[in-house]
Amino acid sequence: MNTAYLELSWPSLAAAAALILINGAISIALRLGLEGKLAIAALRTIVQLLLIGQILEWVFAVDRWYIVLAILALMTLIAGRAAAGRGDISYHGMRLDAMLSVFASSWLITALGLFAVIHIDPWYRPQFAIPILGIILGNTLTSVSLGLERITEELLVRRAQVETLLSLGASRWEAFRLPAQQAVKAGMMPVINALTVVGLVSLPGTMTGQVLAGHAPEQAIRYQIVIMFLIAAASGLGTVSAVLLVYRRIFSREHCFLYRRLEERNAGN
Amino acid sequence: MGEPWEMPRLLSLTARAPGFKSRRSTNDRCQMSVAMLSVTNIERRDPVSGAVLLHPTSLHLRAREHAVVMGPSGSGKSVLLRSLALLDAIDGGELRFLGEPVAASGVPAYRCRVAYIAQQPGLFAGTVEDNLRLPFTLHQHRQRRYDPNAVVPLIEATGRPASFLTKAAHDLSGGEAELLNLLRVLQLEPSILLLDEPTSALDAAATAMVESLVSRWAERKPAERATLWVTHDPAQARRVGNRFFRMEGGRLEELAGPPPASQANVREIAP
Repeated sequence: MNTAYLELSWPSLAAAAALILINGAISIALRLGLEGKLAIAALRTIVQLLLIGQILEWVFAVDRWYIVLAILALMTLIAGRAAAGRGDISYHGMRLDAMLSVFASSWLITALGLFAVIHIDPWYRPQFAIPILGIILGNTLTSVSLGLERITEELLVRRAQVETLLSLGASRWEAFRLPAQQAVKAGMMPVINALTVVGLVSLPGTMTGQVLAGHAPEQAIRYQIVIMFLIAAASGLGTVSAVLLVYRRIFSREHCFLYRRLEERNAGN
Repeated sequence: MGEPWEMPRLLSLTARAPGFKSRRSTNDRCQMSVAMLSVTNIERRDPVSGAVLLHPTSLHLRAREHAVVMGPSGSGKSVLLRSLALLDAIDGGELRFLGEPVAASGVPAYRCRVAYIAQQPGLFAGTVEDNLRLPFTLHQHRQRRYDPNAVVPLIEATGRPASFLTKAAHDLSGGEAELLNLLRVLQLEPSILLLDEPTSALDAAATAMVESLVSRWAERKPAERATLWVTHDPAQARRVGNRFFRMEGGRLEELAGPPPASQANVREIAP
């Protein structure tokens, strides 16, 4: 078996990057007007990845726990900000809630994975901590933002139902239950889909990467299975905590539904 | 002003309910001790702009009283009703039910006794009967069971067959939706109904049906029931009320008598 790793040269990279011209041609032929955006996006891909490559090499080389932690914190901050950016409805404190949900669930589950399953040593080993937290953050942020988008929308759309329940003597929790169920379902759906088709439709990144790097597929698959369950747990936890934080903001102790705190965001990007 | 006004048709049905402290003796003017629902200087402000929605308002609602609140749209009628139902937190003043303030944890139980009927009924997927069963899934009503025998006579009294129960909630007309909304509340036997223009979108027949359902409920235990109606219709006010109020710019004022039948002094009529 030949497990030699094939190095990529700069000219081959350039050849691959030239494929963006296909998208450019489509945009011009159909008059989509996306050429500018495409060019910027392509450039960003190259620059961001080259940059992160440099940074990672440096982080691996200096191998200090505080630098690793700082990188992890920065990644979490960016993911948390992105999680609150979706949806047409927002409320005061949404960004903080998104950040908290993404942070708490991702770090908890990543710690579980690194220390209880993979047993890394030293505890901050960047080759593991950074990519694994990265994968988990990416998925958790999707779930948290879907969950937040759905719960705020459900609460406004179902306002009459929520208030009817409260008028009939429901506690704030009983009035919140139905919208919450819908939102948690929505947040967990991408993960359930991923768990269902993994290996059949998609060969996920971790596994692909390891196989490309010459590892035995059997070990690569073990890692992938671990990652999938870490993602599932973190996404579920993140969604539930985001929905619970919304509950705390939108229902008062006196069982009032503070729907006025939900505001339509200005349309447009 | 504020002098209780008995509805003669209710007198013969008077009965003292066990443990019902607020039973009023004739001409008792000490309102705090006799009112079922009593608010003193409650006020509401817009949480964002700080604008006053309801100026300090006092209102003492006794058993057998059927108060009607009229006034232009946006004058604060709904604000008052929602405050009385504790659906919106009040910004000042005091609310007492049967002489007791309501603690935060007691709000769901309070809302079972003082029931708010919104203009837009919140219906849930499923049949009429599913909607009627819904309250019994709540913690507050866990001791009780849905009883079709209590509901079917009420439905038949409105001229509808018992098969109304199996109709899909989303296929109901406006009048039927309001009927369902009302039945869902009345089967829980509340003490006070806060009706927020329940008939403003209904035709005359459906309006009569709603009024008769409410008056039957009131007559079943007149000594422990009261209503507060918001309406735009002076004729309806005369039919359902025995105390009359006008709300304007967030200020509530009690009127000496019912509004004249003409709508001349009503600035705005429901659409």
